Amino acid sequence: MKNKAILFIAVVIGLMLLFLGIMLIWGVGVYNNLVSAEQNVIKQWAQVENQYQRRADLIPNLVNTVKGYANFEKQVLTDVVEARSKVGQFNVTPEVLNDPQAFQKFQSAQGELSSALSRLLAVVENYPELKANENFLQLQAQLEGTENRIAVERKRFNEYVQEYNTSIKKFPATILASIFGFREKQYFSAVQGSEVPPKVEF
Amino acid sequence: MIKNLIIFLLISCSIYSTDDKYKLNQWVTDYTNTLTPEQILFLNKKLKDYQDSTTTQIVVLIIKSLEGNSIEDLANEIFTYNKIGTKQNDNGVLILVSLDDKAIRIEVGYGLESKLTDALSSSIIRNDIIPYFKAENYFEGINSGLNSIIKAIDGEYKSDKKKSEDKIDIFSLIISVIIIFILISTLIRSNRYYRIGSTGFGYRNPWGGGFGGFGGFGGGGFGGGFSGGGGMSGGGGASGRW
Repeated sequence: MKNKAILFIAVVIGLMLLFLGIMLIWGVGVYNNLVSAEQNVIKQWAQVENQYQRRADLIPNLVNTVKGYANFEKQVLTDVVEARSKVGQFNVTPEVLNDPQAFQKFQSAQGELSSALSRLLAVVENYPELKANENFLQLQAQLEGTENRIAVERKRFNEYVQEYNTSIKKFPATILASIFGFREKQYFSAVQGSEVPPKVEF
Repeated sequence: MIKNLIIFLLISCSIYSTDDKYKLNQWVTDYTNTLTPEQILFLNKKLKDYQDSTTTQIVVLIIKSLEGNSIEDLANEIFTYNKIGTKQNDNGVLILVSLDDKAIRIEVGYGLESKLTDALSSSIIRNDIIPYFKAENYFEGINSGLNSIIKAIDGEYKSDKKKSEDKIDIFSLIISVIIIFILISTLIRSNRYYRIGSTGFGYRNPWGGGFGGFGGFGGGGFGGGFSGGGGMSGGGGASGRW
């Protein structure tokens, strides 16, 4: 009788230990998956930032070149310069991805720069001399290329974020995600004018 | 003979295309029959040789229409899908031409962005390709564009000789294993035939059979088409219209 009770308790404890062990192995697996999904997002975020930086770096040169030919389009040029300085003020860390408001600000600042640039390129259409300038053509190609890179990296970023967000929302991983503080990350959404790279027909 | 082969190739390509239109099996793929089979063969060989000596993959695709997509998006998707360039260096280039849209794009892999810059890609399109395309001389346009691209990226990557030696080693190992296998099996068989008593016939036939099999092996396994090496592109390059 007594033996039976001991055996029963031993079996129960054994099962509990087994269960805990399985839980632990499962938890470690899920946790590691969440970490690597988050790392992917952060890595891709760096790519997006690189391309935005590259665009910002092109602007002074572009503005100078255009100035020489189209100096009386002051307003358009000032808009570009101002939008660029606004973008430059952002100190962008991966924490921005967890903060919807900061992310929104970043996105709209970059969007403003995009639309200022596309207005500039549209105005340039009126200056045939500028359009024949090899230096300007090169800058234009670089700018278009950079806009395209931004679009590509943003798309990939959104894909990684989607993967990450899905994995922290799925049950039962969501329990672990909330325990370890994995938070939902922000997407890029289409802002008017920023989604389409400025295109100029040759 | 060669023509038949090419026609067969084209047919097999078009069979693939119904399944998987943008899966590229050759360096040059033309869905519009703009280039002649000889021209395709010429460009294919040029690009295959270039890949063999540098590992850099340059691929040309001519389509009829973008079907409403932007050429930038489509080029990047095709590039990513086919993994043009090596995984290690991302040294791939895709030239996408859409005839109905009169649009062309040079999409450059991450690893070649420093040599084949956006500005240079754009200049190649404007100065080396479009003048020919305007005259509907598509072969010359593509060929001269390829020459400029090759010139621009020359020396950036070299085929690693050690690696190719390793490959040959594995290859010759396989061949020697097969030869030994054939030798042993023929020896056993010829022995058996010998015992049965049909000396001359029984001795020669197995040898012939063995070598026949060997020839088939060589032809089937190492014909070689294009297959991507795992490269990625981040949207570098340039587009143009004519």
